[in-house]
Amino acid sequence: MFSRGKYGRGVASIRLVGVSKHFGDVKAVDNVSLDIADREFMILLGPSGCGKSTLLRTIAGLEDPTGGEVYIGDRVVNDVLPKDRDVAMVFQSYALYPHKSVRANIEFPLKVRGVDKVERAEAANQAAEVLGLTPYLDRKPGALSGGQRQRVALARAIVRRPAVFCMDEPLSNLDAKLRAETRAEIVALHHRLEATFVYVTHDQVEAMTMGTRIAVMRDGVIEQVGSPQEVYDTPASVFVAQFIGTPPMNIFPAGALEPGNLLVGGRPEDTTITRDQGVAATVVLVEHLGHEAQVVCAVDDHTRAIVRMNPSDDLPRNGDTVRLNVPVEARHRFDSASGTRVD
Amino acid sequence: MSGATKRRWRDVPLAAVMLGPSLVVLVAFVLYPLGRAVWLGQQRCNVQATKCRSVGWGQYTDVLMSNEFQSAVWVTVKFALITVPVGLALGIGLAVLADKHMRHIGFFRTVFSSTVATSVAVASLMWLFLLQPSVGVLANIGWLNDIFPVIKEPGLLNDKGTALSSVAISSIWANLGFTFIIITAGLQGIPRELQESAFVDGAGGWRRFTNVTLPLLGPTLLFTTVVLTSRAFQAYGEIDLLTNGGPVPQQSTTTVTYLIYGSSSIIKSNEGLKAAVAVLLFVILLGLSALQFRGLGKRVHYGS
Repeated sequence: MFSRGKYGRGVASIRLVGVSKHFGDVKAVDNVSLDIADREFMILLGPSGCGKSTLLRTIAGLEDPTGGEVYIGDRVVNDVLPKDRDVAMVFQSYALYPHKSVRANIEFPLKVRGVDKVERAEAANQAAEVLGLTPYLDRKPGALSGGQRQRVALARAIVRRPAVFCMDEPLSNLDAKLRAETRAEIVALHHRLEATFVYVTHDQVEAMTMGTRIAVMRDGVIEQVGSPQEVYDTPASVFVAQFIGTPPMNIFPAGALEPGNLLVGGRPEDTTITRDQGVAATVVLVEHLGHEAQVVCAVDDHTRAIVRMNPSDDLPRNGDTVRLNVPVEARHRFDSASGTRVD
Repeated sequence: MSGATKRRWRDVPLAAVMLGPSLVVLVAFVLYPLGRAVWLGQQRCNVQATKCRSVGWGQYTDVLMSNEFQSAVWVTVKFALITVPVGLALGIGLAVLADKHMRHIGFFRTVFSSTVATSVAVASLMWLFLLQPSVGVLANIGWLNDIFPVIKEPGLLNDKGTALSSVAISSIWANLGFTFIIITAGLQGIPRELQESAFVDGAGGWRRFTNVTLPLLGPTLLFTTVVLTSRAFQAYGEIDLLTNGGPVPQQSTTTVTYLIYGSSSIIKSNEGLKAAVAVLLFVILLGLSALQFRGLGKRVHYGS
């Protein structure tokens, strides 16, 4: 139904070659290269201020890169207006026109393109149906809940059938329950539309559950690109290791767990409390989450480590001195100076 | 008496004490003068206004039906019809122009809003320098005088056809800073994502202006319209300084306000008549504001 390319070109691989965006001395995006395949669901993940939104806006055409080339399909789009890039954008704030009805909001991109009234109405009806908005078509956005507004924003994006969807933290304004539901809806939409999605988030759960690949960004550069499992299993740096996974990976100081000057990391589920072997630590907090318990230990003044345990196990108590260990096969090793992975 | 009612009555003395001060101010500075003006409007006074006597409420009807009053109302309406739309359009235009992320845009913002800091007296004097028929700046531009001889003879402010428009232009200029500042503030209240979203969806500059900017400026524009209209109806300084209500005998710039205060007003020495005109102006403005808020207000979107 939503075959793409109806109003655009329909080619949707994206290639970034050495893209930079500097605001004065601030390097928001610095020499980033990234290939996004056609129909991929690419996540740009990172803490706030890492440049992920700027990178997305560069793809959409809302920012002019100060260096490098942006390809959509086989053409360089640096000087192409957003409307001619075959890209739709969904904003965190939804950016709905408050004075227009839901129907008029959804129809707006088609109206701008001169699509006639009948076709417009039909396309809006279809988009509304896909997103369950049919009963609300005549309402104003102000009369909708946050989740409904977000769906109107999605409907307005899909109605044009663009080849590329750019989404800038679209779920951040929703409460936790709704966020989980909408997450699944967006993934379903991706399957249905067969379009390329570029999705910005700071939430690693969204990244893990939604993306076909994740690009982890920090300080304007991409630290690692890979499938969610790859990024989780073989993080390229201490930063990635600690940014992905809740709770984050435990990083033990060089020399603590094994001889040498490499940092040694272990996921909380791989870290165990033992009697005799491993790093000495003091238990500072035991958190009961129902299905598991998390034991927070202080290894030294700067290092905390978390151990996930079964709540029915014999749990240590605050102040206990314990020893922490990670099986050799589950250890991650990082250079202690640069923080990059050493295999 | 139920408990709740009893408690409410017990609060009355405290409430009176709390409301007292503002009540005193309200009565002394608003209600009493208003009532006094209404009362004065049915009196006839001697020139020094030392002796007044009641001539009956019919004086209001007399004033309402008089040629002088009706002419003044018509002049005022024309003045408002020129100054409000033109002032609004120029204000929107300048504000949109200056609403850009550019180097040194602050300089232009300062220039555009500078007339706020100019008093009516100074502004009018400046326009007098421009428009004066013998030594004025316009009068000394040869080719302009060839096209518009009225600039020199009898002078833009002295011709019955151009006097009102000329005063209106000076008034628009003087109010432009205010309009610019208010509309700039309104523009900055429009979320940037809305413009960006429309931009990605393919809307060009004009379409974004009509579909996003203007509708979301609605409340600001309504407010500005009401203020500009009421200023137009109360304009006095520029008329007094530029034309003195003239040229005579047509009195083509004698607005209602000038009729009340003006030094060459036909009723300048009659306090009772002046009060009657002032009360009628108050009623007109009240009705106008109600109309604007009810008529335009319905179509204004105040956000979600």
